[in-house]
Amino acid sequence: MRRLIILGIALLLALLPALNLTGLGISDFVVTVVGKWLCYAILALSIDLAWGYAGILSLGHGAFFALGGYAMGMHLMRLIGPRGSYGHPVLPDFMVFLGYQELPWFWWGFQSFPFAMLMALLIPGALAFLVGYLAFRSRITGVYLSILTQALTYALMLAFFRNDMGLGGNNGFTDFKELLGLPLNTPLARALLFWASLAALCGCLWLGTSIARSKLGRVLVGVRDGEARLRFLGYDTLQHKLFVFVLSAMMAGIAGALYVPQVGIINPSEFSPGNSLEAVVWVAFGGRGTLVGAVLGAFTVNALKTWLTSVAPDVWLFVLGAVFVAVTLLLPRGLIGLLEKRR
Amino acid sequence: MIARLLAVLLFCALAASARAQTRFEELVPRLGAGFGPAAEAVQALGAQGDPRALPILRALSDGRLLRNAEGRVILDGRDAATGEAIPAEGASRINLNNRLRVVLRGAIGRLALSSPNAAERRAAADAVFRTRSAENVPLLEDALSNESIPEIRALMELALGASRLLVDDVTVQRAGIIVLGGAGTPEARALLLEARAAKPELAPDIDAAVATIDRRLAIRRAFETVFQGLSLGSVLLLAALGLAITFGVMGVINMAHGEMVMIGAYTTFMVQEALRHTAWAGWSLPLSVPAAFIVTALVGVVLERCLIRHLYGRPLETLLLTFGIGMMLQQAVRLIFGAQNREVLSPAWMQGTLLLPGGLPVTANRLWIIVFGLAVLAVTMLAIRFTRFGLEMRAVVQNRRIAATMGIRTGWVDAATFAFGSGLAGLAGVALSQIDNVSPNLGTGYIIDSFMVVVFGGVGSLVGTLVGALTLGLVNKLLEPYAGAVLAKVAVLVGIMLFIQRRPKGLFALKGRAAE
Repeated sequence: MRRLIILGIALLLALLPALNLTGLGISDFVVTVVGKWLCYAILALSIDLAWGYAGILSLGHGAFFALGGYAMGMHLMRLIGPRGSYGHPVLPDFMVFLGYQELPWFWWGFQSFPFAMLMALLIPGALAFLVGYLAFRSRITGVYLSILTQALTYALMLAFFRNDMGLGGNNGFTDFKELLGLPLNTPLARALLFWASLAALCGCLWLGTSIARSKLGRVLVGVRDGEARLRFLGYDTLQHKLFVFVLSAMMAGIAGALYVPQVGIINPSEFSPGNSLEAVVWVAFGGRGTLVGAVLGAFTVNALKTWLTSVAPDVWLFVLGAVFVAVTLLLPRGLIGLLEKRR
Repeated sequence: MIARLLAVLLFCALAASARAQTRFEELVPRLGAGFGPAAEAVQALGAQGDPRALPILRALSDGRLLRNAEGRVILDGRDAATGEAIPAEGASRINLNNRLRVVLRGAIGRLALSSPNAAERRAAADAVFRTRSAENVPLLEDALSNESIPEIRALMELALGASRLLVDDVTVQRAGIIVLGGAGTPEARALLLEARAAKPELAPDIDAAVATIDRRLAIRRAFETVFQGLSLGSVLLLAALGLAITFGVMGVINMAHGEMVMIGAYTTFMVQEALRHTAWAGWSLPLSVPAAFIVTALVGVVLERCLIRHLYGRPLETLLLTFGIGMMLQQAVRLIFGAQNREVLSPAWMQGTLLLPGGLPVTANRLWIIVFGLAVLAVTMLAIRFTRFGLEMRAVVQNRRIAATMGIRTGWVDAATFAFGSGLAGLAGVALSQIDNVSPNLGTGYIIDSFMVVVFGGVGSLVGTLVGALTLGLVNKLLEPYAGAVLAKVAVLVGIMLFIQRRPKGLFALKGRAAE
């Protein structure tokens, strides 16, 4: 039953860009905004997988999202080629401006789409592996892990703000031209990116649900509720936690990579700790540990944000703060919990 | 002291003028008698040190000095030598050539050296240093023996050393080198190296002096780094102390702590505005200390009683809740006060730079913040160790249920503890208002660093907080010259992550039953 509802909603969403393409009353703005929400939903899903099931509350998932975005951004920058305002055949504009003579080594290979996509998965994954291994091995859990991951994204933000990182400094990357030979500002490109995001979301949802139903999922819930007991029962909790954390970081990387071509910019403020916390609230608001709830939360809170920031921008932060308070005090199981109680 | 000094100065001036009485009247008319005699007269006037000559020479240098057909020199409608009024009709401007200009600059500098005005003496010492010549030596020695302000003395010593290098006598030159070596500034070092190229025979002396200077400069640099590190450390200490109480003692992650700091800073601003134009205006900063503590403590009590107490034992939820509260507080302050920075003035006794013995400079406001941070730490420790509230707090931390059976109202203790931690954040806000911009997002920049301090130092240990804050401050400032401010910060964060591998509970971990 539930599967049918989700499938129906996905099909309805898939209609949006089709209606836009045929000129039937859906504006470009709606397609871009809902496309953005789809990426946020993937991010929320990835957080829920780690937090809701394994009890790993990462306040640095925005970093994985932004790293995926940067990988895609680097690919898009390489594709601009000689069309930049300085007209340099290889170097992006900001490098010409900063006086670079040749491409730094870490930019090699990003002209290839498969390589860039691989990096959007591998870089967040590798970082998550490193941090996760160090943290889980010394049994850092709960709030300590949260603070550490928050410090991680904060440190990355500071580092990416530097101009001599060779990654665009505080302006980041923007002014993209095309992806896979398709100019980005056409309705068709928007529609394709939308569908890609929708497909990625459905894929991640399917993957997450299968993990949750498998034996692995049961073990993860065990880690969340009584890690020490599970350890005494002979499970290697380090491996399980590491697996889900890395997988979750990769999902966040995909979300970032799909997000950047749709909004047309990536800069270091994506790393700001506030972004990661906001994403955690989407999950909490929708209902943690349910996957569908995370997606629902991402859509609801972001819809509210888009509406309120245009109607009453001063009020938005109060409302977001109130959502934080309400969700922790009044709605411990989130919207999904509320819906299930009704039934 | 100052009166005696003035008396000495006055006496010197009187004695000098009595001796030069006749000569002064003769010398002044020569200023208009052609370039050669004028230059000699300027030198003679400068050497005599008569204060009356100073305005005349300044006028000459500015081109305001006139000369009439009889050969009398006129300044502002009066005879410059005698002071009697004469009409300026038919008088012409006295011209200067390059040689005269050089001589004039030196003479004016030398005259100003004995001026009663400190600012003038300072400018003069600087001028003499730039137009250094062997003739300045006796004058500078004279001026030095009368000078009492250390800063001007240092300038004069520099000028004296530089001038001595030009005297045609090796022993005097050696004395000059020693003076320059003692001055210990980069300018003196440059002068010595210049002289070394010109006079190879003095090389061993100069090398020794340069080595002294290098040593002193290195000490000063090290001192400055340590001072800056301590200063940053004390700021972190102030910001982290309240956190150590709420996080360490109560297990509550207060993400709104940064906003409490911000509210403390705004309270300081409000107290300043309220006392502006009153007799108490100079006391606004000391009065802000209790005011900020009370305001933030009240905010803390309200938060704890209304919201946070429902979430004890669920730290992750508390974290989200307090983050939301912080967001709302920040937005509320932004709507009330506007997003722009508010200015909090420093009282006079917190401004300027103090010179420690050995010429080591410390900025007064940073020094006060170090003192304030340590004082707040001491009061906190005493309060926890020796007051009834502290005793009850420790009891609740160790075993809540047994404390309750002993008749301690644990709910009340929780509220008071949270209020105390929030009040400490308010105190941090008072200190930060002196060195940072008072803006709605003042606290955000410190919250992550403060958490790092608490995690590094060991949760629940105030000594750990102190050591953690000072270590992080020092390491940050030590790394900065090599890696830049941002990379230093990143390196510290990475370092803490690695440190936690070895000591997951921090530097000063609680042991035994208190640990759980």
